[in-house]
Amino acid sequence: MDKGKCALEPKSAAVHYANGLQNGFCSPQRSSGSSGGSAAAGPSVAGLGCSSPGSSCSCSGSSGGGGHGCFESLHHHVLQEQQHNGSPAKRSRLRRRTESVRKNRPPFPWFGMDIGGTLVKLVYFEPKDTPAEEEQEEVENLKSIRKYLTSNVAYGNTGVRDVHLELKELSICGRRGSLHFIRFPTQAMHSFIQMGRDKNFSSLHTTLCATGGGAYKFEEDFRTMADLQLLKLDELDCLIQGLLYVDSVGFNGHPECYFFENPSDPESCVKWPCCLDNPFPMLLVNIGSGVSILAVYSKDDYKRVTGTSLGGGTFLGLCCLLTGCETFEEALEMAAKGDSTNVDKLVKDIYGGDYERFGLQGSAVASSFGHMMSKEKRDSISKEDLARATLVTITNNIGSIARMCAVNEKIDRVVFVGNFLRINTISTKLLAYAMDFWSKGQLKALFLEHEGYFGAVGAFLELLKSSDDPRDDP
Amino acid sequence: MADCARKGRTRDSMDKSITLPPDEIFRNLENAKRFAIDIGGSLTKLAYYSTVQHKVAKVRSFDHTAKETEGDPLYEISVQEEITARLHFIKFENTYIETCLDFIKDHLVNTETKVIKATGGGAYKFKELIEKKLRLKVDKEDEMTCLIKGCNFVLRNIPHEAFVYAKHADSEFRFQNTHPDIFPYLLINIGSGVSIVKVESEDKFERIGGSSIGGGTFWGLGALLTKTKRFDELLQLASRGQHSSVDMLVKDIYGGAYSSLGLTGDLIASSFGKSATTDKEFSKEDMAKSLLHMISNDIGQLACLYARLHNLSRVYFGGFFIRGHPVTMHTITYSINFFTKGEVQALFLRHEGYLGAIGAFLKGAEEDNPNQYSWGENYAGSSGLMSVSPDLNPMQRARSGTFDMLEMDRLERQLVNLPLLQDPSSYVPDTVDLTEDALAREYWLSCFEDALDGVVKRAVASQPDLPQAAERAEKFRQKYLHKLQTLRHQPFAYGSLTVRSLLDTREHCLNEFNFPDPYSKVKQKENDVALKYFQKVVMSLEKLSWEQRQFALVKGLLAGNVFDWGAKAISDVLESDPEFGFEEAKRQLQERPWLVDCYNEWLERLKGPPHKCALFFVDNSGIDIILGVFPFVRELLCRGTEVVLASNSGPALNDVTNSELQILTERIAAMDSVIQTALKEDKLTLVQSGSSSPCLDLSRLDKALATVVLERHTDLVVIEGMGRAIHTNYYAMLNCESLKLAVIKNSWLAERLGGKIFSVVFKYEVPFKSQELKQ
Repeated sequence: MDKGKCALEPKSAAVHYANGLQNGFCSPQRSSGSSGGSAAAGPSVAGLGCSSPGSSCSCSGSSGGGGHGCFESLHHHVLQEQQHNGSPAKRSRLRRRTESVRKNRPPFPWFGMDIGGTLVKLVYFEPKDTPAEEEQEEVENLKSIRKYLTSNVAYGNTGVRDVHLELKELSICGRRGSLHFIRFPTQAMHSFIQMGRDKNFSSLHTTLCATGGGAYKFEEDFRTMADLQLLKLDELDCLIQGLLYVDSVGFNGHPECYFFENPSDPESCVKWPCCLDNPFPMLLVNIGSGVSILAVYSKDDYKRVTGTSLGGGTFLGLCCLLTGCETFEEALEMAAKGDSTNVDKLVKDIYGGDYERFGLQGSAVASSFGHMMSKEKRDSISKEDLARATLVTITNNIGSIARMCAVNEKIDRVVFVGNFLRINTISTKLLAYAMDFWSKGQLKALFLEHEGYFGAVGAFLELLKSSDDPRDDP
Repeated sequence: MADCARKGRTRDSMDKSITLPPDEIFRNLENAKRFAIDIGGSLTKLAYYSTVQHKVAKVRSFDHTAKETEGDPLYEISVQEEITARLHFIKFENTYIETCLDFIKDHLVNTETKVIKATGGGAYKFKELIEKKLRLKVDKEDEMTCLIKGCNFVLRNIPHEAFVYAKHADSEFRFQNTHPDIFPYLLINIGSGVSIVKVESEDKFERIGGSSIGGGTFWGLGALLTKTKRFDELLQLASRGQHSSVDMLVKDIYGGAYSSLGLTGDLIASSFGKSATTDKEFSKEDMAKSLLHMISNDIGQLACLYARLHNLSRVYFGGFFIRGHPVTMHTITYSINFFTKGEVQALFLRHEGYLGAIGAFLKGAEEDNPNQYSWGENYAGSSGLMSVSPDLNPMQRARSGTFDMLEMDRLERQLVNLPLLQDPSSYVPDTVDLTEDALAREYWLSCFEDALDGVVKRAVASQPDLPQAAERAEKFRQKYLHKLQTLRHQPFAYGSLTVRSLLDTREHCLNEFNFPDPYSKVKQKENDVALKYFQKVVMSLEKLSWEQRQFALVKGLLAGNVFDWGAKAISDVLESDPEFGFEEAKRQLQERPWLVDCYNEWLERLKGPPHKCALFFVDNSGIDIILGVFPFVRELLCRGTEVVLASNSGPALNDVTNSELQILTERIAAMDSVIQTALKEDKLTLVQSGSSSPCLDLSRLDKALATVVLERHTDLVVIEGMGRAIHTNYYAMLNCESLKLAVIKNSWLAERLGGKIFSVVFKYEVPFKSQELKQ
């Protein structure tokens, strides 16, 4: 049974993850449709997750049984889902109710938007089960929006649809379709609003759910320029709801979540998928332009622990100044070719080896950019090295703060999200390494495939919720 | 002007081939041993231990078995040589290292020294040079261990070592009381990287964390971004910049504040978040500022996370990133306040730059047990904290390039808290902080300047037979005048500026030029005269009724206290009219009600049971101690109260010293059976305070005194005189009864307190009674 199909609608998704009593993450329990990689991952990950005594992953935590193998835990899991979704009779009742609220679902198009400091993240639901008669009724500009978004992968000069992230075969509010993930720079916000006006978006009477700082900053512009009213949503609420939802529906039959095995050994460090079955408590580190760190105890019990201004914006900003690059992709490409040890002063550069008195390895960075105090070294350094050092500095710092927060909050699972991690394996691996190494294996770094889109998904879910209220009708 | 001369010399000395003035820098090298050196990125700190031979005034009783002849002085005064231990720390730029090593080699006499302890990043680089020049074996010590050792040492021995930095406050530096127990604390050392060390005891410390984003990041990244090479220049750029053009603020994202999270619009959301563009140029200043904020905030945040995790509230910052730079102290302070919401204060250290050298030295001096002694900062030989802001003090820029010094004297006695202090951690000896009170500062600085002529005159007069007295006195004048001028510009140079510190600095300067006790002869004469009246005074008191006598005793104490060479008004009268008598003094006293008048309460108390033991901090010699204090003490003894007389260990003004008091007590005992019996039965005890100051710091008292106080179950403390009861301790809270009395002999101060000259303060306090009243 595909978990993605299981989640008929946001409500049931919520029921699902709220009821997962297991602590920790579990290996993917599906075998069908998995790619070779993840299928192979199954058993070994399960072994790691369920047998390691320090890990709280054990699926048996709630049931009292011990030492489930992967397949037992799969059965257990399925059983639980059935229990929570009720008997077949109950489920058909549920379906009937779903039908009954159908008329309450919001008018198309369905969007969720997260307007950040650097990027705007947009999720769009494309219904694929539209009956012919309804399609005929469909107004022209709704059709043109759908066509425009789904037939292109790039919009203007800077808009991009992350095709590889598309969530297919979703069933939402009784409709089936795909969720598309689109991003464009916040700088292009005004062009976007302009387009909304040109396409006469306001005539569709849809509510535009938006989160992120830009929801506040651009609210007035939406209203005056495009006659659009924004439903402003808190970005952290959206982030958490979106994350939990995407994790619960899975990534087209694959798990949304992954981690690195052997993070401390670059040779054997491998990415493994895993399930965030019961994600709580987790430390959620959202790395956008800046960084927010949240301690999440349940789907609606969380607090912002702290944040830092040294985030993705800092990486890109400094890289632009230091190397003259223009885009995140360019900066990462340079970083991939660079060597930060030409820029950073290592412990061994100062002490000749390890600093034994304090148990510091010679290879540890003692001073980021420390070599750049010397003019000769400044004059001979390559842009690639500078880009790499910037990336490593920012990443390590985030890792260090996240680790301290995890220890202070007594949470051993740290989930990293945000667009800084997009196509950025240097950072994800480094974070995984930092969590593992500095905590002596106590902390686990987890990552999610849709890294930067959860806020937008959360906003999108709010749209559905907003017209979903009469669910308690007898 | 000394000042100009100094500036001129300083400028010349910027040249690498400087000639070092031996009497000012690397002093006492001829007796130096145990060298230590800390070579940092740009500054070298040298430490050594020396013995200083200086003159001390000794008093010796004559043999009184021989028949006394009329006119013979009471006791003999002799000036003797005494050897005390002193620690020297000198800081100079690395460029002078060769010159300095040559100088040391030329002046070093002691050949026993074989080893020099070395620490700091540059120790390795200069190892050969040092070994070649000095013929000393370089023995490397762990940097962090030295740092911590040094930190413990200054925290323990230098009051007002730590301060809070407040950029926009009246006084930039707010000095902290040293907590009696300095542990545990967190030391955040911001060098090229950051080390976070938790210090739990003298020998127990642990590096609990760190960060690679530190001073080296600011310097290295700053140099790349702004093409500015020097660290100080980068800081100067930063202080002129606007970070908001480079940083993405919360309001740039939200259009305003993110109120649900309580994040204000001006908060930085993403450092350098606006620079991710190629269409815009950013100014060096703005980038430097943004970088400074980024790094300071980051360090502040980590410091808070570690402080919270380890539940520590005392967090000291050091390292070259901090070292006296107002810009970084400000940003770090800001960051700490932001992240801890004011729960943790960022603390900085006056001698932060010396910690490594002090620690390395201590490592090498372990066999001398330096930690067994108490040490005191010698104000005469120490440069003091330099002001950081060039506009604030134009002198500073010229000096920063040369030599900075710290000297510490080994104190003969180990110093501890008075066990009777109600709350040692909140005890502040000084009544007025002149660092904060600009009006009072102006007055006292001028007052001390005006009194300088008199002090010089007295110093010369005290050594009629010694060579070059006039010349030395003139040097003293120049030195003290220079200190006063420095303090005008930088009141925070030696911690909080107080009347006490001004007085102590003067004493240190006098000692420096071998005027150990300018008042010795005056004291001798006064004591002599007063002793002749003792019996007469006691007899006339005996004739009075009990109640009359109690009042007469208090009046006598107060009248005695009018005699004080420390106050200018009195020294004027005394110089012109030496016959100014005890009775005359009584007439000068303010009539009751006094300015502060608790006499009735005191009298009521006396009607009750006697005190167990009274600790009496005495003040002046002569009439004060003999005709004022002794009759009062005698009455206490008659009531059955034991008395501990605490007097200065070393001379200060005309204050009676412990050795003088011993002779005086013997002489009085010979005349008076009450005193004699009390001495014999150990009911009257003389102890030394451990101090050589006209003021009194109850947190730094002789350990033996503290022991006696506890053993005798002291339940009354009497503190006499302006220096001890007004300038200091006026607000001191004790957990036993206390009597603070003084005559205000300074019209400015009297006016400030709402009275006139010769106003009387008679403050009697009972700690427990006041608590009962509240209930």
